[in-house]
Amino acid sequence: MSKILAITGAGAMSQAMRQINPDVVPAFPITPSTQVVEDFSQFVADGLVDTEFITVESEHSAMSACIGASIAGGRVMTATSSAGMALMWEMLYVASSMRQPVVLTLINRAMSAPINIHADHSDSMGARDAGWIQLYSESNQEAYDNLIMAPRIAEASDVRLPIMICLDGFIISHCVQTMQMEDDDKVREFIGEFKPAYSLLDTENPVSWGALDLQDYYIEHKRAQHMAMQNAKESIKLVSEEFYQCFGRKYELFESYCLDDAERVIIAINSIAGEIKEVVDDLRNKGEKVGLLKIRSFRPFPYEEIAESLKSAKIVTVLDRSESMGAYGPLFTEIRTALFDVPDRPMVYNRMFGLGGRELFMSDIQNIFEESNRYLENGKVEKVFDYLNVRGG
Amino acid sequence: MGGSPDISKKQLDHPLDDLIRTDRLPHIWCAGCGIGTVFSSCLTAIKASELELNNISMVSGIGCSGRAAGYVKLDSFHTTHGRAIPFATGLKLGNPDLNVIVFSGDGDLFAIGGNHMIHAARRNMDITVICVNNLNYGMTGGQVAATTPHMAKSTTTPSGNPEDPFNLPLLAYASGATYVARWTMLHTRELTSSIQEAILKKGFSFIEVLSPCPVNYGRRNKEKALDTLKLYQEKTIIRNGAIPAGLDIDFSKEVVLGKFVDVERDTYIERYEKICRQES
Repeated sequence: MSKILAITGAGAMSQAMRQINPDVVPAFPITPSTQVVEDFSQFVADGLVDTEFITVESEHSAMSACIGASIAGGRVMTATSSAGMALMWEMLYVASSMRQPVVLTLINRAMSAPINIHADHSDSMGARDAGWIQLYSESNQEAYDNLIMAPRIAEASDVRLPIMICLDGFIISHCVQTMQMEDDDKVREFIGEFKPAYSLLDTENPVSWGALDLQDYYIEHKRAQHMAMQNAKESIKLVSEEFYQCFGRKYELFESYCLDDAERVIIAINSIAGEIKEVVDDLRNKGEKVGLLKIRSFRPFPYEEIAESLKSAKIVTVLDRSESMGAYGPLFTEIRTALFDVPDRPMVYNRMFGLGGRELFMSDIQNIFEESNRYLENGKVEKVFDYLNVRGG
Repeated sequence: MGGSPDISKKQLDHPLDDLIRTDRLPHIWCAGCGIGTVFSSCLTAIKASELELNNISMVSGIGCSGRAAGYVKLDSFHTTHGRAIPFATGLKLGNPDLNVIVFSGDGDLFAIGGNHMIHAARRNMDITVICVNNLNYGMTGGQVAATTPHMAKSTTTPSGNPEDPFNLPLLAYASGATYVARWTMLHTRELTSSIQEAILKKGFSFIEVLSPCPVNYGRRNKEKALDTLKLYQEKTIIRNGAIPAGLDIDFSKEVVLGKFVDVERDTYIERYEKICRQES
C-alpha cells in the first residue's frame, strides 16, 4: 500500500532500489551517498530483494561491474558522489557507448581539492558529455519518483542509455522530508521486466562487445548515441506521463513555476528551487511578475521547450552551482543557447552560487530579483557573470 | 632554588606539541580509536630518528587515518582516496633528499589504492608506508574492506563478510618490500622503534599496525574497545622473522607480530641513476 514516510533523500533512493529489485548492485561507499548502498545491503541481507550485491574495491570497479552485469542481461544499479564518480569516469563513457541502461543515483557533492563533502554540481556537470541521461531532483519525493521512472526511461528500445538521478548532498540526501512511497507491487508492475536487447547469457545468439572501432565506424556509433539521447526526451515525457497516470504526480522535462506571465525568471537546478519557490510566492503576493524554471532533464537538454516557456520573460537569471573556470556556468551556456533564436529574447545573466555547500538564503534570492528588476529598469545587464555570497567579491 | 614549578603550564605542554598543528585540534578520532596512538608513535619515532625535520614529509590518503597529514606540523600532503603512494612517489622523485612517510589506513592503501602499494614495493621506492588497519572503512561508517575478516559484520555485510581478507605483510613481502613488520597500537614501544628503523632504512618499508575501531567495527562485532586491546595483549605473539605466508589475522587462534622482512635491494632511484642516467 502507498504510504507517507518521513525519510532522508538517501533512504528514499534505497527504498526505490528495493522496489525496483535490480539483478546486480556493485557499490563502493562515498559520502554522502553511502546510506543508499548501506540500506540496500541490509535489504539484501533481510531477503527483501533478489539482488547480487557486490562490495567492490573502488568506484572504477563498481561501474565496470555494472557494465559487465548489464551486458550479461541484468538490470543494474549503483550509487556514488563526487570523487567516486570521477573515478568511474572512463567507465561512464563505456556504459553509454555500449548502450547499457545502468541506473546511477548520484548524490551531488563538490569535487576535490580542497576536499569538501558538501553539495554542488561539479561532479554531474563534469560528466554532462559522457552520454548519460541526467535527471535532477528538488526533493526526496522527486528523487524517489525519478529513480522509479529511471529504468523505464533508460531501457526504452530506441534509447538504451545509462541514466543518473541527481540530488543534492546533505541538503536532500541527509535531511528528512515527508514522502509518498508507492506500493511495492504497483511500482514493480510499473517498471516491468527488463528485456536486454542483446545478452551474453543468450548462447544461441553470441555477440561481442567493445571491439576496436576506428575511422571506419566510430563516428556512426557516436551519432547513434546522439540520436538515442534525442529519443530519450520522448522517453522521459512518455514515462513521466504514465507515472502521472499511475501515481498522480506530474513531471515534465522542466518545472514551470509561475512562469506563464513571468517577466523576471530564475532558472536553477535541484534543492535551491525550494527556496526560490518560497520567494516567488512572497513576491507574487505583492504583485510582482516573477517565476522559476527548474531544470529536471539536463541531458537531453530541452532547448526548444525552454525557449517556448520563456516567451513572456524579460530578464532571466541563471543560477549555476558548478564552475567551468574560464567560461560561463554550464546551465547558463545552455540557456543562452536556447534563447538565441527567440525573437525579442530576454536579457540573461549568470550567477554562481553554493560551491562546496555554501548557503544561499531566501534573502539572497530576494536580492537576485531586486537586481534583475534594476537591470530591467535600466535596460542593461551590468554584470553578466558574478558570484553570490563570496568573500572579496 | 626558585619558587615552586608552574605545574599547570607543565601539564599543558605535550612533548609532541612542536610536531602538531595544535590549531587543528580537537582531532576527529573517536574515543577508543587507536589512530592517535599510532600517530604519536610515528611522531616520537620521527624525533628519535634525529632526521632534519625540514626534510621529512608526511603523505596520507582519505579516511580517518588520512587526517594525520593535516595534524602534523611538517610539510604534509592530504591527497585523494587511494593515491597517497603515487603522490608520495612523485614527491620522492621530485626531491630524492626528502624522507617520505605515508600514513594512511587499510581501506585507502589496500582497497581503492591497492594497485599503487604493490607497484611501489616492486620498484622499491624509498618511502615508508604505515598502514593503520582497523579492519573496515571507518570514516564512511563501517563498511566491509579488503581487510575485514571472513564473516565479520559491517554495514555492507550485515550477514557476515563472505570474502577473505588480505594478509598485508605477505602482500608487501611478495611485492618486493625490503622492510615488513606488523604491530598493534598496544605494542607502542616496539611500534615506535620499528617506525624509527623503517624511516632510517633505505628502500620500501611497510608497517601494518592493528588498531581498534570500536564505533564502527567493534560495535557490529560485539567487541568493545577494551576487548580489542585485550585481544591485542592476549592473542598476539611476537615472532620476528616469521614466514609471511603464515600471518593471516585470526584472533580466535593467535596473531603474529614482529619484523618479518629486513633485506637490502637497490632502490628505484639507485637503479634509475645507474641505468637511465649513465653517461655514454
